Amino acid sequence: MSLLSLSLTLAFVAVAFAVALWQRLGIERDIVVSVVRATIQLLIVGYILKWVFTSKSSLYTVLMVLIMIAVAVENARRRGRQIPGVWWRLTIAISLTTFVTIGFLLLVRIIPWTPQYVIPLSGLMTGNSMVLSSLFLNNLVSETKNRREEVNVLLSLGATPPQAIRHVVNRAIRTSMIPTVDSMKTTGLVQLPGIMTGQILAGQDPVTAVRYQLLILFAILSAAAITSITLGYMTKNSLFNRHMQLLQAFTHREA
Amino acid sequence: MIDEAHAASAVRFEGVTKTFVERNQPTHVLRGISGEVPVGKTLTLVGPSGSGKSTLLSLCNLLLTPDEGQVYINGREVRQWSIPKLRQTVGMAFQTPTLFPGTVQDNLELGPQLRGERLKNPEEWMEAVDLPANLLGRSVEELSGGQRQRIALVRTILNGPSILLLDEVTSALDPSSTQVVEKLITDWKAKSGAAILWVTHHLDQARRLGDITWYVEAGELLEANDTKTFFTRPETEQARSFIHHKDAELDDTDGGGEEA
Ligand SMILES: Nc1ncnc2c1ncn2[C@@H]1O[C@H](COP(=O)(O)OP(=O)(O)OP(=O)(O)O)[C@@H](O)[C@H]1O
Ligand SMILES: [Mg+2]
Repeated sequence: MSLLSLSLTLAFVAVAFAVALWQRLGIERDIVVSVVRATIQLLIVGYILKWVFTSKSSLYTVLMVLIMIAVAVENARRRGRQIPGVWWRLTIAISLTTFVTIGFLLLVRIIPWTPQYVIPLSGLMTGNSMVLSSLFLNNLVSETKNRREEVNVLLSLGATPPQAIRHVVNRAIRTSMIPTVDSMKTTGLVQLPGIMTGQILAGQDPVTAVRYQLLILFAILSAAAITSITLGYMTKNSLFNRHMQLLQAFTHREA
Repeated sequence: MIDEAHAASAVRFEGVTKTFVERNQPTHVLRGISGEVPVGKTLTLVGPSGSGKSTLLSLCNLLLTPDEGQVYINGREVRQWSIPKLRQTVGMAFQTPTLFPGTVQDNLELGPQLRGERLKNPEEWMEAVDLPANLLGRSVEELSGGQRQRIALVRTILNGPSILLLDEVTSALDPSSTQVVEKLITDWKAKSGAAILWVTHHLDQARRLGDITWYVEAGELLEANDTKTFFTRPETEQARSFIHHKDAELDDTDGGGEEA
């Protein structure tokens, strides 16, 4: 696809912009900002990837993966402002998810240690882990607020913080994993997954594309599980102070 | 740190203060409260809505920490206790019972379960509070308000507390359920010899059930007296007018306090 034909696709943007303007949606500014950001970000990433792919050093691959993880942590931590030290817990959960899933694929030699495989797949795992972390933290904060009476009843019966919050954490894990599990049920029926679409557009045989897509779906599923269970395990103590009381941030409904 | 001189007091407050800060606005909820509740006695706590009664109770099982001062439970400062042990010793029941989805038995087992134990005799407990044993397998959804409150209370007392904190436990109940709950608590107290701190808006209840009565207003303990004296010859002007107003109020409506 030439740059000229790419620029023709700006027509899509124009349609969205026109509708927004016409209906006074008030998101015209956001549309412009998003389009500009997406274009610049992707172009830069494209050039960086090209450069990393051609250079022989693994250092750049590792560096790319680490940067992606850092960005993911930065993005997800806003969801858990009330939880002290949430950023390092996110760092552990997202890194662990990425390293375990990609590490496994490398170990059993499903993918080779080349930037072409490692970087996009890591990005996919990190990105999914990030989305799941946000979902989990969102659920955890709201569930804790809604169920603070239950937590206090358990505490007043002599529960330790992990005992008092366990059912809340489990609920948060379950609700954050439901979208991932549900979307697997209809994948391919409603829409072709993005990766597969890309591969087919790029001329790949559909059957081969399906195999990669399955690999990715399974990896995403385990990424979801690893992320939410790790985060759940690490956050269950951090909602309490040293006197085993629920933190102030959770004792009142948000005004 | 066991303090011999006061070993006979179940609960002792020493210069306790508590301030809540919300949106940078400090509220002085407790302003230096001192007093003690002897072992085996029932203290009834009365005072206007928002005066700090619930807050005072929460200090006893360390669901809140005092900003200044000390709270001694059986002679030991709350912060010197193992906290789960403290909360097992100082049981607490709230105005609206919070039951967990599941059966009655599931709810009764919560306390023992936390310590990896099993509830040995649930039927006996049901009998003790005048509930049929066949209720054990029922879902808590099917219970009436009075039954829910009784289950919540049994759940607390089968934990074996020696001090019981009651925060308006009958405020949401009709007169007959109130009577049942009162009886359940007084019977249990007679058997166990526990001390009770009982917050109530019903002056009649405070008069009937208390050995001693405290009057709290705006975070201060204005009067502490034996219950009889408190209601017949209150010493402070504030307590006198509080009793007077409450009695007048009783004729039309019962002005229960809503949480802010
Ligand atoms: N966690 C909290 N954060 C901020 N303010 C609080 C908190 N808990 C209680 N307060 C405030 O402290 C004051 C005393 O509350 P408390 O519940 O102890 O009063 P009370 O005597 O039990 O009142 P009532 O009879 O209505 O139950 C109230 O003004 C209340 O709004
Ligand atoms: Mg109260």
